Amino acid sequence: MKILVCISQVPDTTTKVTFTDNNTKFNTQGVQFIINPYDELALTRALEITEKQGGTVSVISVGLADTEPSIRKALAIGAHDAIRINAEPIDGFFVAEQIANYAKNENFDLIFTGRESIDYNGGMVAGLLGEMLNMPSVNVITAIEIENGIAHLERDIDGGREKLTATLPCVVSAQKELTEPRIPNMRGIMAARTKPLQVVEPNSAQANTQTTSYELPAPKGACKLIDVADAGKLIELLHQEAKVI
Amino acid sequence: MNILVFAENQDGIFKKSSFEAVSYASQIAASNGGQVTAVSIGNVSSEKLAELGTYGADSVFTYTDAIFNQFTGEAYSKALAHAAKNKSADLIIISNTYSGKMVAPRVAAKLNAGMVSGVISMPETTNGFKVKRMVFSGKSFAEVAINTTVKVLSITPNSFTISENPKTAAIESMDAGLSANDVKTQTVEVARASGKIPLTEAELVISGGRGMKGPENWHLIETLADTLGAATACSKPVSDIHWRPHSEHVGQTGITIKPNLYIAIGISGAIQHLAGVSSSKVIVAINKDPEAPFFKAADYGIVGDAFEILPKIIEAAKAFKSA
Repeated sequence: MKILVCISQVPDTTTKVTFTDNNTKFNTQGVQFIINPYDELALTRALEITEKQGGTVSVISVGLADTEPSIRKALAIGAHDAIRINAEPIDGFFVAEQIANYAKNENFDLIFTGRESIDYNGGMVAGLLGEMLNMPSVNVITAIEIENGIAHLERDIDGGREKLTATLPCVVSAQKELTEPRIPNMRGIMAARTKPLQVVEPNSAQANTQTTSYELPAPKGACKLIDVADAGKLIELLHQEAKVI
Repeated sequence: MNILVFAENQDGIFKKSSFEAVSYASQIAASNGGQVTAVSIGNVSSEKLAELGTYGADSVFTYTDAIFNQFTGEAYSKALAHAAKNKSADLIIISNTYSGKMVAPRVAAKLNAGMVSGVISMPETTNGFKVKRMVFSGKSFAEVAINTTVKVLSITPNSFTISENPKTAAIESMDAGLSANDVKTQTVEVARASGKIPLTEAELVISGGRGMKGPENWHLIETLADTLGAATACSKPVSDIHWRPHSEHVGQTGITIKPNLYIAIGISGAIQHLAGVSSSKVIVAINKDPEAPFFKAADYGIVGDAFEILPKIIEAAKAFKSA
């Protein structure tokens, strides 16, 4: 089993988001970066699969040199080797093009992404990769078992859960609940230093969207407090004043 | 502008988000000129198909081959791309539901289209083509320009109102020419909680945190939700300790929602939680700690014990509903 896990580096969830350059750039000053949490679940599940039935797990990331600590962390968690496509990840299409370009000659049986990155939330790389590599793609999976070239999957659907199968090779995107994230141990951290991390230059694909500006939500007005004794009055306010019920 | 809309159905009934998408497309057509074609995939009765005209579809394409009896990203995206080519569509609108998220990128790749997901505004077309979307899981918004001729937008459910623009839509039965080899996924089982409102589509959401003290107290949240016709949700710690299923977790690493009303009970309002709910139209925070950060993000607040407050609200809600 040869597995590829696509990871991206994102700001830590506690980050207070601000922008610079006249609201056109995310302000990275003082921001702690982590592996996207859904990608980390994907990586852990991929490792569980290869530990059970043999195989290798490679991680790939599209990013500049400053993303290497996150890639090394993925190696410390247990990935066998890593590929960094040396480019700014401009949009989901560009990222998928770069990964597809690398993966097309590598015969991966299974490609994982996270369900979405928690910064730009595009959620489209899995589907784009599926189409570009002519593989089925299944998003928001909460369970995966591989048996005889078939992936047995569970995925979230609106208001419920679906069980399905997909023929390998296929692309899946990890949803919470897939597994518990793994914390790297000292041996893993030491081993990660010498694991192969290949840097590949991007191909000529162009992004087809660009972010022109950012905006923070308008601050809320003062909170109207209701006394505990009059708690029932909330319903009247929601009906007559806020008009939401 | 030729606009194509995916009208998703569930068991032959169009979803509310599909009508939002058709209304959205119809408004773009009204201001930019052009035709709206709604695409229905799977078996839907002709009366139901005609409903799409009510919200402004000029025509309806219906794909009913047996291959569409199960939802697969592969077959559904092929049908949509087939329809887009047939109509020379330059804009494809898909609601950002779980199925929509599966289909939209595949359609975009097939059509070499630029795609923006999670759109929350009408497109700005005076200078290029720009839309607004949520980023950082709701902590901020971004304006994104699409450079390609063909464009795919997946629009956030509950972001646009359903508006009528009655037309007599011509219904055309289509064949995308798919064979069994085109699909490598197979549905085994679909399980939906019956009678419950899916969180992603809910207009009203009642949510509980650790302040609820244990899963045995959730009947209070469920009673209030049932009375108001709301969905239930929870904070990350609550789903982490398995008081409630992960599918109810809203926040930065859970679901981002945009209901009209979000009532948070016993949730302090950590930055990650607020990210997932701050776009709600009206927020109510109930917490015993007057310093809880949620009160800064809320429109209405009650400081006190949830177990004293909730029965009062439930009683008032019941009286309101029976009035």
